[in-house]
Amino acid sequence: MPVFIGKRLLVAIPTLLIISIFVFSLQKLLPGDPVLAMAGEERDPAVLELLREKYHLNDPIPVQYVNWLGGVLKGDLGISLRTNQPVLELIGEKLPVTIQLAIMAMIFAFAIGVPMGILAAVKKNTVLDYIASIVALSGLSVPNFWLGIMLILLVSVNLGWLPASGYESIFVDPVRSLQTMIMPAFVLGTALAATLMRHTRSAMLGVLSADYIRTARAKGLSPREVVLSHSFRNALLPVITLTALLFGELLAGAVLTEQIFTIPGFGKLIVDAVFNRDYAVVQGVVMCTAVGFILMNLIADVLYVLLNPRLRASL
Amino acid sequence: MNGLLRLTTALALGVLSALPAFATELKIGLQDDADVLDPAQSRTFVGRIVYTAMCDKLVDVSPDLKIVPQLATGWKWSDDGLKLVMTLRDGVKFHDETAMDAAAVVATIERNMTLPESRRKSELSSVEKVEATGPLEVTFTLKKPDVTLLAQLSDRAGMIVSPKAAKELGANFGSKPVCAGPFKFVERVQQDRIVLEKFKDYWNKDNIFIDKVTYLPIPDSTVRLANLRSGDLDMIERLAATDAQAVKSDPKLKYEAVVNIGYMALYANIANGPRADNPFGKDKRLRQAFSLAIDRDALNQIVYEGTAVGGNQPFPPNSPWYNKAIPVPARDVEKAKALVKEAGFDRVPVEMQIPNNPVAQQMMQIVQSMVAEAGFDVSLKSTEFATLLDEQTRGNYQLSRSDWSGRVDPDGNIHQFITCKGGINDTKYCNPEVDKLLNEARASTDDAVRKQKYDAASVILNDDMPIIYLGHQSWIWALNKSVTGFVPAPDGMIRLTGMKKGG
Repeated sequence: MPVFIGKRLLVAIPTLLIISIFVFSLQKLLPGDPVLAMAGEERDPAVLELLREKYHLNDPIPVQYVNWLGGVLKGDLGISLRTNQPVLELIGEKLPVTIQLAIMAMIFAFAIGVPMGILAAVKKNTVLDYIASIVALSGLSVPNFWLGIMLILLVSVNLGWLPASGYESIFVDPVRSLQTMIMPAFVLGTALAATLMRHTRSAMLGVLSADYIRTARAKGLSPREVVLSHSFRNALLPVITLTALLFGELLAGAVLTEQIFTIPGFGKLIVDAVFNRDYAVVQGVVMCTAVGFILMNLIADVLYVLLNPRLRASL
Repeated sequence: MNGLLRLTTALALGVLSALPAFATELKIGLQDDADVLDPAQSRTFVGRIVYTAMCDKLVDVSPDLKIVPQLATGWKWSDDGLKLVMTLRDGVKFHDETAMDAAAVVATIERNMTLPESRRKSELSSVEKVEATGPLEVTFTLKKPDVTLLAQLSDRAGMIVSPKAAKELGANFGSKPVCAGPFKFVERVQQDRIVLEKFKDYWNKDNIFIDKVTYLPIPDSTVRLANLRSGDLDMIERLAATDAQAVKSDPKLKYEAVVNIGYMALYANIANGPRADNPFGKDKRLRQAFSLAIDRDALNQIVYEGTAVGGNQPFPPNSPWYNKAIPVPARDVEKAKALVKEAGFDRVPVEMQIPNNPVAQQMMQIVQSMVAEAGFDVSLKSTEFATLLDEQTRGNYQLSRSDWSGRVDPDGNIHQFITCKGGINDTKYCNPEVDKLLNEARASTDDAVRKQKYDAASVILNDDMPIIYLGHQSWIWALNKSVTGFVPAPDGMIRLTGMKKGG
């Protein structure tokens, strides 16, 4: 097993290198001068030149890349052009916020999607199944930004139950933290819930028609036991794989959701960085995300091997 | 017994003074997050709003755009306009309790002029040196007469910072700014909030009725308004014009607006690179026709719900610097057609680059259909803002829409855009006669003389028309009814002195 993990990590290195080159060159291809974007209205040529010098923007792109890579190897992701803060510090500040959002969204997605999927499968082709499908389809089709603004208007403005936007750290004020996060997590969770529901339903349908379920029924087990203990456990496996993949969607969704609810997280960080041509931040965030994905995939692979003895032979 | 009594009294007093119920907190929603909070380095508009609470300046600007005392109580120009002597307010302290005196002013101005990261260098470029000529007197010596210096000192270049803090933190001053304004810095969470609290030794503390102020950047104007309505915010800036009616009809909210000192405009590429080589850049009659074909009043009504005003000069029609002899033209399609014909065209193709925000797009689509009637086939090129600025600077455009937030001194709205060597002259229009007028206007300390020069320049510019001015937006604020004492100012700042909340 350590050999397997070691191999996988080695493969990850060229992957990350390719991603970094790709992102670096893509950014340089973007029209728009970062220094000009930063200067805004005060486009004094002397200051612009000085800033270009300071951030080595006059160097040839390969030189810039090598400098950047050298910094990364030393654990230095560079400095934000916009705020003068180290990129690593910015990421450290924003990542926990988005992780909290993602976890809460996942809880919503599971709480809504999985029971609905089970119900739809058990009550296949009944009114309940159709209702669940319609709800799921709506969850997928309703755009995040629309749902977010409607929720703000209803829950915050009209009912006054929750703060309309903003963020508080869970370590500073847990109650307020949850209050500010409920709506964004719900908005982000609905689309995932729909996907989860569809997959749970089809996985459950597959299992429910299996022979051992018929046997279990024949033995006289209660429908509840058949569904929850026998079918659901097996149906859960593909659902868990899906969950790992959904994390990507979650991050993409967080970009929009964080903008609407003004949550100072990872998504907002990268959007602001792109619009301000804050290269170092974009680069840092993308690399960080890539590392996260590779790790997630690695963990999923390891889990698979652990869970499924048949795969061990191929190691 | 006596001891116990004293103990309980002390405890009770301690509890009372710790109760937050007495503290008045004001929460203000801003459209963007401020950049680095160092007056020497900062460049954003919202940053200036925060400074208004945190950093007093040598002089301030009144709502009618006059220069008024702040840290300086008086000033005097020498007859040749080469020396400016300022008398400083006595007994002013910085937030770190050090004294604000002539030495501190000199240190700050020199920092603004020499710090490598400083963005204030061009604003202070006319300053030869600044000296402490008394404990509370500073003298600016100028390289050449520059009356706009006072206006510069009413903004970031004139914000005096604690020399002690500036020395300790250097270019990192923005991490913990120390100034001499009514509120001192408490904390900042990037993209989330900036918190300030009342400075108990502020020189004008009797007129400060707010204990704590929090600025929250919320880019979406709908969400900003929702936060105000739900009571999470007390005040928001830059309300969308489309929401003006909703705020006016809400009994819990207050609406405040004032025409701003900036402008909306179209820049024609006159001589900036090869793309200037087209009929629209070469023939002023076409630009005049284009301007005549626009119904500025309609634009204001449709796009800005009547909150903006039409314009044809760098200064709004209500400004004392506006040349009344050249009023905003009414739409005249026939005359525009005649001009196009005179220039030898039937139809004129024009490519116009515009920022990709919905308001600008709507506005320019209307313009597109208006000028089509006069013979212009406008193709709109919607561009993200950073790219648009880049293209405009490099001359890769034919006609470009961009706006200017405006400066208190008229010079700031015209000189750098129009003079041959102007720092942001993107049209590369160059007319020695205009240069001469604008340079003379900058050098005179007599407003009547300055006005004459600007009037003369505006006559020439209205004919050559390198920049087609469209109009002037309003700053719009929405406030909770419980907030009183706010005075809308054309510079868009939120001055907290005199503002109250409660009841």
